[in-house]
Amino acid sequence: MEHAVIHIDIIKNIHTAHGTLPLSFSAQLHPGDIHALYGESGAGKTTILRILAGLTTPDEGYIRYGKTLWYDSKNKINISTQERNIGFMFQDYALFPHMTVLQNIQFAALPFDTALCTSLIHSFNLQELQHRKPHQLSGGQKQRVALARALARKPSLLLLDEPLSALDSTMRQSLQLEIKKAHELFHACTIMVSHDVFEICVLAHKVFAISNGVIAKHGTPSEVFRANTISGKVQITGRISSIAQHETLYIVTVVSTSGQIIQVLAMPSDIQDLGIGSFVMVYTKAFNPLIMKLHT
Amino acid sequence: MDEEFIETMLITAQLSTVTTGILLCVGMPLAYWLAYSNVRFKPIVEALVSMPMVLPPSVLGYYILVAYSPNHWFGQWLLQHWDIQLAFTFEGIVIASVLFSLPFMVQPLCNGFRQVPQSIVEASFTLGKSKRVTFFKVLMPSIRPSIITAIALTFAHTIGEFGIVLMVGGNIPGETRVASIAIYDQVQALNFEAANTYATILFVIALVLLTLIYSLQKNKSSWNML
Repeated sequence: MEHAVIHIDIIKNIHTAHGTLPLSFSAQLHPGDIHALYGESGAGKTTILRILAGLTTPDEGYIRYGKTLWYDSKNKINISTQERNIGFMFQDYALFPHMTVLQNIQFAALPFDTALCTSLIHSFNLQELQHRKPHQLSGGQKQRVALARALARKPSLLLLDEPLSALDSTMRQSLQLEIKKAHELFHACTIMVSHDVFEICVLAHKVFAISNGVIAKHGTPSEVFRANTISGKVQITGRISSIAQHETLYIVTVVSTSGQIIQVLAMPSDIQDLGIGSFVMVYTKAFNPLIMKLHT
Repeated sequence: MDEEFIETMLITAQLSTVTTGILLCVGMPLAYWLAYSNVRFKPIVEALVSMPMVLPPSVLGYYILVAYSPNHWFGQWLLQHWDIQLAFTFEGIVIASVLFSLPFMVQPLCNGFRQVPQSIVEASFTLGKSKRVTFFKVLMPSIRPSIITAIALTFAHTIGEFGIVLMVGGNIPGETRVASIAIYDQVQALNFEAANTYATILFVIALVLLTLIYSLQKNKSSWNML
């Protein structure tokens, strides 16, 4: 299925705990890409997803999907959520409590499209869970069902609101793969809200860092999260899994975003603000790999 | 006595069933509106719906009786256009019961609607489902325990009505004499055995219905029970 580019340029005053915040968001979202909206909570990330979905109406601006206007304040166009062909995964997953896993997915699919339902059940390993109700599922299982359901309509735009926030770290890693899979199934333009830099580096092609209602930075994950002063030859980003002292030096083990394990020697001064779980960049300058903390 | 007893119980069952049926149709949209609407005059509608819970049945019964009277515009209009007189008839007590039991239907339904997470309704919209489909396929099944509670409460409360039925319907055998009134009537006639039979039946029905409601509330995952 051919997907079109989404143009969005909107303004919306949102009411937060700290008063009214003018939110403005202007971007081109490309089919086949995973975009991440990054920023602290209350910055308006979820509101942007809701505006794209048609669940929240912006104050001004336009949203265009290819040649179709979804929203245009000047011409008073506002296509309903139902007509936008999107998939939306809510933070609380919003599974229908009275339906089984299979019924949840079937409800979303076109009538009689059983082939698609079956293939989604297989893709997300839900065969054994398909006759269970949502309250009998774990958090990770609910997430897989919610992803499968969001895809059952073959959406042109897949919106994921903090898809992994409710899960522990081991669960997160296996479910990151599920999101990648979800994206690859239909190559829908995907937008996810996240405040986990590691997750964004693993999944996203493009990042919009939102701060106080505006786009503070945007670009590829390494462009957005990298300290700009490095001119190393090799740059690998990852997360520290252990720090061991070896005489006067330290051996730092880093798990890279691609799953590689790298060991780096570090001076006591280097590791001062590093700890297990710190998000770091390993880079070479001249000969030795060096390590530095990334701003998150 | 036996025939009269069966007749009275049948009228009681009829009144409760018809009242509950009408209230389900009226109460569902009203509860939905109360749960989701934001209009400024909503508190007054909420207050009016809840009035029968605090008002003596005789007050409501008095107003209804006045409205039914041919001297009043409503009663006059009914008589002139439809040739209907509602005072001391079965239809008359049905309408009175509907008004009097309204909060027992609307409040559980309204609470049910309010407890449904907004995201579930929105999820249905994002899956391309219209408001109507969402209401019948998502919202209604989601509040199934509340619907059962509302029906059981309304039914039990209508059976238990005394004051308003007596005011509006009187005590006409085969027309408006229900079990609760028959008890009073039998006690007045010093016929304690018959009064006891009626009382026992009403006691058991109320106990069964309330036990059903409480076991529903205890079992949160009642989607499986029903």
